[in-house]
Amino acid sequence: MSERILDIKNLSVTFGGLHALRDLNFHVDEGEIVGVIGPNGAGKTTFFNMISGMVTPSSGDILFEGKSIIGLDPNQVTQRGISRTFQNVRLFANMTIAENVMVSQHCRTKQGVWGALFNTPGFKKEEKEIREHAEKVLGFFGTRLIGYRLEQPASVLSYANRRRLEIARAMATSPRLLLLDEPVAGMNPKESAELTDLIGKLRSEWGFTIVMIEHDMNVVRDVSDRVVCLDHGETLAQGSFEEVSNNPEVIEAYLGRPLEKKSAS
Amino acid sequence: MSATIATDTAGQGMPEAVSKGAFDLDWANVAKSGSIAALIMTFIALSGMPDGLDARPIVDGVRVLTIGYLTLFAVPLAFGWMIGNEVVLEGMVATKRGPRDLVAGAAVGALGGVGLTLLVVLMSNFDLRDPLVNWSPQLFNLLTFDSGVGVGVWVWILIGAVLGAIGASLRLLPAKIRRAVIVMFLTVVGFSVLQGLIDDIVGNVGETIRDPGRFSEFFGEGDTPRPRVDSVFDPVINFIYSQTGGLKLVGAIVLALVAGALSLSGRGRIKAAKASYNAKTGPERTKQTSIMIGITAVLLILLPFFSGKIVNELLANVGIFLLLALGLNIVVGLAGILDLGYVAFFAVGGYTTAVLTAPKPGDAWPEWLPTLPWWGALLVTVVFAAITGLMIGAPVIRMRGDYLAIVTLGFGEIIRLLFLSDWLKGYFGGAQGITNIPAADFGPLGTVSGVDPRSVFYLVLVFCALAIYVSWRLERSRLGRAWMAIREDESVAEAMGINTVNVKLMAFVVGAVLASFSGAIFSAKVGSIFPSSFLILVSIIILVVVIVGGMGNIMGVIVGALVLIGVLGGPKQPGLLQEFSEYKLLIYGALLIWMMLKRPEGLVPNVRRSRELHQDEFLQDAWLKGEVDTDDEDGELATEVAPA
Amino acid sequence: MTAAVKVKGAQRTGVDWFLLVLKVALISAICAGLLAFIAQQIDPGNAFARWTHDGNEANRLSGDQYKGLIVTGLSQGAMYGLIALGYSMVYGVLGFINFAHGEVFMLGAFSGFIASTQLDAAGYWEGNAFIPSVIFTVLLAVIVSTTAAVIMERVAYRPLRGSPRLIPLITSIGVSFFIQEATKLLFGPGAKGYPRPPEWFSQKYSILTFEIEGSKIIVLFVAAISMAGLWYFVERTKTGKAMRAVAEDKEIAALMGIDVNKTIVTTFAVGGAMAGVAGILWGLLFKSVIATTGFLPGIKAFTAAVVGGVGNLGGAMAGGVSLGTAEALAPLMLLEPLGVTGVTQLRDAVAFTLLILVLLVKPTGLFGERLSSEDRA
Repeated sequence: MSERILDIKNLSVTFGGLHALRDLNFHVDEGEIVGVIGPNGAGKTTFFNMISGMVTPSSGDILFEGKSIIGLDPNQVTQRGISRTFQNVRLFANMTIAENVMVSQHCRTKQGVWGALFNTPGFKKEEKEIREHAEKVLGFFGTRLIGYRLEQPASVLSYANRRRLEIARAMATSPRLLLLDEPVAGMNPKESAELTDLIGKLRSEWGFTIVMIEHDMNVVRDVSDRVVCLDHGETLAQGSFEEVSNNPEVIEAYLGRPLEKKSAS
Repeated sequence: MSATIATDTAGQGMPEAVSKGAFDLDWANVAKSGSIAALIMTFIALSGMPDGLDARPIVDGVRVLTIGYLTLFAVPLAFGWMIGNEVVLEGMVATKRGPRDLVAGAAVGALGGVGLTLLVVLMSNFDLRDPLVNWSPQLFNLLTFDSGVGVGVWVWILIGAVLGAIGASLRLLPAKIRRAVIVMFLTVVGFSVLQGLIDDIVGNVGETIRDPGRFSEFFGEGDTPRPRVDSVFDPVINFIYSQTGGLKLVGAIVLALVAGALSLSGRGRIKAAKASYNAKTGPERTKQTSIMIGITAVLLILLPFFSGKIVNELLANVGIFLLLALGLNIVVGLAGILDLGYVAFFAVGGYTTAVLTAPKPGDAWPEWLPTLPWWGALLVTVVFAAITGLMIGAPVIRMRGDYLAIVTLGFGEIIRLLFLSDWLKGYFGGAQGITNIPAADFGPLGTVSGVDPRSVFYLVLVFCALAIYVSWRLERSRLGRAWMAIREDESVAEAMGINTVNVKLMAFVVGAVLASFSGAIFSAKVGSIFPSSFLILVSIIILVVVIVGGMGNIMGVIVGALVLIGVLGGPKQPGLLQEFSEYKLLIYGALLIWMMLKRPEGLVPNVRRSRELHQDEFLQDAWLKGEVDTDDEDGELATEVAPA
Repeated sequence: MTAAVKVKGAQRTGVDWFLLVLKVALISAICAGLLAFIAQQIDPGNAFARWTHDGNEANRLSGDQYKGLIVTGLSQGAMYGLIALGYSMVYGVLGFINFAHGEVFMLGAFSGFIASTQLDAAGYWEGNAFIPSVIFTVLLAVIVSTTAAVIMERVAYRPLRGSPRLIPLITSIGVSFFIQEATKLLFGPGAKGYPRPPEWFSQKYSILTFEIEGSKIIVLFVAAISMAGLWYFVERTKTGKAMRAVAEDKEIAALMGIDVNKTIVTTFAVGGAMAGVAGILWGLLFKSVIATTGFLPGIKAFTAAVVGGVGNLGGAMAGGVSLGTAEALAPLMLLEPLGVTGVTQLRDAVAFTLLILVLLVKPTGLFGERLSSEDRA
């Protein structure tokens, strides 16, 4: 269980002069759930964008299962086994719920034009498997996303269900590492407690390793094995939730520093 | 229109409509609409449409009922109807319909008429024929109804007012009657416009019924022609149509009455049939669908036997453009890639077939260049088109959508310029093109050439069916889903593991292959091929067909091709309304603007696509109908809809 | 996104390889053409030239011919640049390609034709009255083009603000079509000749060893003045500042008290005015106008805007000039030495190839894009 699945070395990125991330070192072990916290603008989402290949770092290296994934296109990263959700839920709003999950199995399937045109046995079999896998993944969230919902467009879903569908969509790519960007944002306490449970199950039942950006400290405390705090693109602290939450620098980053120090700097 | 905000909406449901005085209008709005109407009418008059289409009567013998006059009359009618449009939002009170609407309509129409009055006055005093080519005595006579300037100054104000009031009065009618009136109007105009087609087909069917032996003649060619017989339907045709063109007055009235009656009685039944079809599921539905497809196929196969050469030619043209439109529909409609250089693939298909089938395409070709039969050339053409698709697609596929549009347009032009150039003249003949392309020979099945439009129609039919099948299968496959995802949000699609570059290239290639089929048929049909057949104009017209029909919807594209190419005509091919050929491009442009502004989903919308384009309204509807998901288990109000 | 290069571990896909090959092929073709050109300038009868020209000698380009081409390229390029400003500004502010901008230019040229024939009939298109007449014509064309651009914005584009980006593009194609056809119907489909200009206008003048026709001097002069005026307007006036603010971020600009609608209308108006000026320059250079005049210069001006970097006004002008020169020189300097015949027919193809090449090699243009954050990516 202690094999490193993700290893990030001296990662930096600059957006025209602004250091979004600076010399970040970070690792995730197989089977871990790591919470990433930090105030707004700390570079958390940039960090995810970089792992998933949407932003190319200026220096440093990202090793996934021992191999560098720097410079890969996002789809190649997903192919390797990293999948993500988005902070500002980005579903395919006009595709049905089933299709949203079916389409994300693209990189695990291979039927092309010929199969579709001639309706070959291979095509039929694969379509059936895609459909079954989609229903299985959606079934993870209870009855909310299956049944009559399957054929409804994603745009009719409530906010919480959209978040769930996004997680389902990421799950369907059969990843090894799942990046969740604020999975419970906008949910009420009851819903977020329920989702916290599910995140735990994602590891125990589905075997995913999870990195999660979250602002809700209850969720972070309940499910993370380890917590990393980022601020201004740098790692402030790493360790268990208690260690990090009691770290003076972390408190300072969130609450600001005492008055006299501020004027000194 | 102003409406007061109701204060007592709480628990009352819809508030009662208030009535207002007949002249209590929003005069500023009336003046604005009226001036726009005047401008449009003046423009139409000066564009030459009334004059050019004057020779085409709707009802024979009634001087003013020609398509030419109709282009002018339509404006006050439409504006009269539009001025009565009142947006009633929740919590607002609707204004009672009544004489007030008629006054508004008449006022707008009259203002529109003032535009033509001014024109008439100007025309009688100045001669601006130098820049304005239609500033002619004919137009003056048309506008004054041959009665001189004295009549011209007031008659259009009167006509405008009357038509505006008629347009507005449609709002006063109950919905059912209104629909019937509109159906009556469209039927009369439609029958008049389609005279050539109806006359031809009904006549031939009638002749065959009288003399069934004629049917066999369609198969055996070269026999002595059978003696001409009168069609059984001649009395009907002669009752409706006048010999000199247009409907007969009595015929038009009877036609209108029949159409109105059918509309009043038939509407519910069509709806019911549709509902019962939609309600069916599984094998029963499949069965019904296949029956419908079968009937359509039989009708399509029989159709050319009963239509004359001109109509068959028309159908063949529609088919060629439909094939192109179906291909573009995959690229634009499914994958969301705006390819403005689509004509390039059509050109490549046409030229490859021409080079491979013509006995001597050009001096520069080496001796070993084979002369293949058409179907053999087709195989090579497909490969070539696919390669061209890859070559054009690869550089552009990563570009922003709008850059891609312009760059593909550039590619379309480059390819045409190359075919046109002196540099490659030895290969493609430059501006003289490649002539002497032989007919496509299918052995026992016969040959396909432009001399026999019926054969072209069948060939095109086969390929259209193929294209429809391809689109239909792909849409419901892994590839189709990936296209849709890319259309919705490309970067997310990529993050979900879709190789957007390859998937989009695939759309390009499939589109290119379908276009090359069309090109291959085109070159066999025309028998010669010139660069001037492959202007960017062709791309744009196909785009209009796809958009007007409904992006991403096969049925829509078919309807679009039939209506636009069939009635108005292709880039160079005349449609049913041959007199329109001068104005069709103007109409295409106007249609494109209008569709984008008012109905971006097209005439036959794809449910999904129209949702995309009307996201806000759709969500509002869903919310009102209670379809929006509330969090079921908590029963809490979570109907919040995140902004898109 | 950052300008970071793909580093180690990058997987090249088939498409990447193909593009690499394409870039290399294009660039080596250009180099080969240039080398062959240099070789033929030294010795028109060299072996390569004989080989590419079926055993004949190549045509050596004389210094005067060369200068003549450059002047032609510059004057046409200046015109492209003026049109490109409209594309560039509208793209900068609204993030869509106003395909119908070429038609705005055509309307300018057309109104110039009408005005100049009327002036000519009254005897004002010659002698001392000529220059004032041209100024009057330019003003009229500016008014017509500006009005057309503003109406276009109001009727066709404003209702579509905020819709997916291809929708206004498709609409603008419709607008372009419509204006073109309407012009054809109203004024007839034939080419309209500008009246004959005075003698001195087509004479050549020697400036810095360049032999320049009077018309081209005027064109370059007018383009320079317009560009300077535009620069002053955008960089120094309050309205110009508002335009730049709206281009950067519409919402924030609105919060800062800028009337966004008004600013967008101004953008269209200014772009239209520049296109109007360009229209007259077209009339003076080519002396005739036809309803389809707007299409090709329009596309080329867009190319110029992309070459210079969309949203970058100086870039648009520079892009126009580079495109004009490339178009004038490339057929004779690159294609002819390689043995291509009938090269002048391929001028337009050169422009499109340049567009493709720039987008492949440096998609942000030679001088950098200036777009709002939402329009990048």
